[in-house]
Parts: sequence; C-alpha cells; structure tokens
Amino acid sequence: MTRYSIWSLARNALSHHADWPRQWRSPAPRPAYDVVIVGGGGHGLATAYYLAKEHGIANVAVLEKGWLGGGNTGRNTTIVRSNYLWDESAALYELSLKLWEGLSKDLNYNVMLSQRGVLNLAHSLGDVRAGRRRAEANRLNGIDSVWLEPEGVKKVCPPLNTSASLRYPVLGSTWQPRGGTARHDAVAWGYARAADARGVDIIQTCEVTGIRRDPDGRVAGVETTQGFIGAGKVGIVAAGHTSVLAAMADIRLPIQSHPLQALVSEPIKPVLDCVVMSGAIHVYVSQSDKGELVIGAGIDGYNSYAQRGSVHVLEHQTAALCELFPVFARLRMMRTWAGIVDVCPDASPILGKTPVPGLFINGGWGTGGFKATPGSGYVFAHTIARDEPHPVAAPFALERFTTGALIDEHGAAAVAH
Amino acid sequence: MLLIECPWCGPREEPEFHYGGQAHVVRPADPAALSDADWAAYVFLRDNPKGVFAERWCHTAGCRRWFNVLRDTVSHRVLAVYRMGETAPAVDPALVEGAR
Repeated sequence: MTRYSIWSLARNALSHHADWPRQWRSPAPRPAYDVVIVGGGGHGLATAYYLAKEHGIANVAVLEKGWLGGGNTGRNTTIVRSNYLWDESAALYELSLKLWEGLSKDLNYNVMLSQRGVLNLAHSLGDVRAGRRRAEANRLNGIDSVWLEPEGVKKVCPPLNTSASLRYPVLGSTWQPRGGTARHDAVAWGYARAADARGVDIIQTCEVTGIRRDPDGRVAGVETTQGFIGAGKVGIVAAGHTSVLAAMADIRLPIQSHPLQALVSEPIKPVLDCVVMSGAIHVYVSQSDKGELVIGAGIDGYNSYAQRGSVHVLEHQTAALCELFPVFARLRMMRTWAGIVDVCPDASPILGKTPVPGLFINGGWGTGGFKATPGSGYVFAHTIARDEPHPVAAPFALERFTTGALIDEHGAAAVAH
Repeated sequence: MLLIECPWCGPREEPEFHYGGQAHVVRPADPAALSDADWAAYVFLRDNPKGVFAERWCHTAGCRRWFNVLRDTVSHRVLAVYRMGETAPAVDPALVEGAR
C-alpha cells in the first residue's frame, strides 16, 4: 500500500498524478475463507478491517453485489453523533465516535470528519423534557451533550428561525459539539484500502444467492453469482436486505425494510456551520463542503426494496425546512434519492450471533447506521473472531426480542420510524 | 406516490391512506399457553419479502376502513386489493419484479 502523505503527493505531482496505484485489488474469489462478510458497505468493510487488524484474521472476503459503498453508505446524510439515551446505545455510539476521531490517521485516509456540532431541536413540552433527559443521560455516560435554551440555539445557529411565531416554535435543543459529518464515500474507500492492505479480498459484483449449511446445521459457505465460496464463518452486513439474507438460513427477523429519502440543494456560500435535526417536524439538514444543503427526514411508511419513495414525503420535509430556515425558501433542489433501511421495532440494531452456528448478523440500524460504522465494525469483528459478543454488542443480540430487554431509541433516532 | 384503490371508495392517492404493515397476522388462540419465543414471534417477527407482500392499509382521509393490498415491494405495483376477512387472490407471476 502506498502511504498517503505530503511526500507521496509531491512525488506524484511530478508525474501529473497519472501513476497513483489502485487503492485495492480486485481478486477472483478463492474457494474458501475463514470469514466471509456479505455486504461491502462501510459496516462490512470496517468489520473486515478490524478482523484483520485486531484479531489477526486476514483470510477474509468481503462480497458486494454491486460496487463498494453503493448502498446505504453512499446514500445517507453523513451525520455522526453519539447522543443516544440508554447506556447500551451510548456505549456503542460513543465507542464509534471515539474511533471516528482517530479514523483518518488510523486508515491513512482522510474521512473528512468535521465535528461541527449537532442540534436536536425541541418543539413541544414533551420534546423539551425528553431532550433535557437525554442530554443529562449523555453527560452521565461521558458524552458531551448540553441543553440549550432558544437564545443559546440562536447563538449556535443564527439562520435558524427561533421566533415564537413558528407553528412549532423552537423551545430549546440538545447540542453535541463533537457531533458533525464525515465524507461517506471516503469511509468505505478508506476501510477498503486498509483492509485490502492487510490481505482481505474485496470482491465486487458478487451477489450472495444462498447460504449453505453442513448436515449438522453449521454454516459451510455461500452460493454466489461467482460460484460457491466456502466459509468457516459468515457475517451478514447487508443493510436493507438483512431479512432477505437471513431468510436464506431460515431465520425470521423483527425487521421491516423501508425507503429513506434524502435530497440536496444547489450549492450556496457557507451559511450553516452545524447539523440541525428536528424529530418533531421531520427534517434534518447540514451543509456539505461543496456548499449543497443535504436534507433528510423520516422513512416512507410502506415496505420497499425499490430505493425510491413518494414525493409527498419530500414535500413534507422541505416544508419543515422552510419553516425552520425561511432564508432557504427559494433554494432549488438538485437531486433526490433513497436507500433501503432495515427498521427494528425498538430503533436499535441487531448485532451478534444467530441460531445458526457460524452465522452472524449486523443489521437493523434503521435510519442511523452511518454514524456507527467504525464501532459497529469493531464490535462485530470481535463477535465473529471470538464467537461471543463483544461486551458493548451483547445487549443488541437478537434474543432481546424474546427476553423483552428492548433498547428503545425512537427519541434519539430523531426521525420518524 | 402510490395510487391505491380503496375497495369502498375507488382509486385515491397515497397520502389519503395510513399503512398498517403485514396482513393476516393471526392472534394466538390461547395466549396464556404461549412461550416467550412464541410471544416474540407474534409481536415482533414479520415477513419482509422482496416481492409480493400482503399488507393492510386504512383509508384514513376517506371512508376510514381497513383493507388488504397485495403489492410488489420492488416495483411498488399494487397487484390486488381485497376486503378484510377475504383471502388473498392469486397473482399473475409475470407482474411481479421481486424475487419471491
């Protein structure tokens, strides 16, 4: 792997940047691997990277049916934060945020983490109580959340309309200064390059069509569009399609797949230097480095695998945006798209072992998986390598739906599930 | 946006309706006899097919009645609409884009 540095940049400038090596290989699949990861998004690539780095398991393949990061990793609104209510979630998302903070250096790849701060607005007394409670719970867990009154919100975000004349006025907000955004593609590419350098095979355009099991029930490998690939262990990290893959091993999950839409505006000069989210009136917005406003909201109500949604959902969120930021009312929107998100009943992920020996699941992240990419990969790699859940991942096991120990994060998830 | 044919009111646009998730989930006949796993299955586990899905919709901004829809979750095409209590009609496989 060519190390990226100011020196390699200068050296390649001499040859007009025509001689940069490829960032990762595109090998043909070997007949068998110790671990096969199904899904080449951020979470899958991170899992492979930490398997190689932390556990010395480099005989790993990542199988991707399309291209790297072409699913939800390339479709989200890039928000990173850890201000979740319950101890279990706080541990998972804060582990993730700490990894984010060192990620560019660790991967030798600029993931463009921008800790510009995240506001989660409150518009009703119920919102205010829930927001204050969440900020205090965060502080008990060592997370840098604070509660801001409307004047404080205005100071942090001047273009926001905090006047009392709003239909749903801003009554306060939680504020996490360490939250922000990261470059989503760079996360997939950075993990891919670093995993590849440690010997992981990344195989694109290789769709898994079946999961083969031994007569004793243990996972033996996966059927793919490039033939059978043997595997000692298989990890499903295929957000959106988790149910489809689990069904190949006769596992039913408490997951429903929905479209989640987003859109970007035309680029404008810097006007918004933090992330603003409103779970109550259903919009969140940040400004990208290119100047576009990146806007998202809640899921479409119906089940879907189509990567597109209904236009009235976009109309609703742009109406909310114009209410919060009247200055944006005349902006033109450039693109809309959708990803397919796996939604769990408690808005928390499923992370861990399955009833099938050797088969592991990492999915159900709902609308907020991007922020968890590093932590998810870290604890999932541990879970696969040791065949027992990482302590941070343990509460997110599938069994919680039987024991009743749900981790209800509908409030912190911040958009309507 | 979906165009859904309410079996009582005729075709209307999607914002008039509310989604109700999977249809035909049968309430346990003897709840007291259920194990935790059975309860979890009844309360939380749902089909999530890539293809034909039997689901409930309610015409909230119209007649306010619930009904069933067969819809392809890949093409979003509404394949059939039928009333509560009726069984799902057969679907022409040629109309289905999803895998199953």
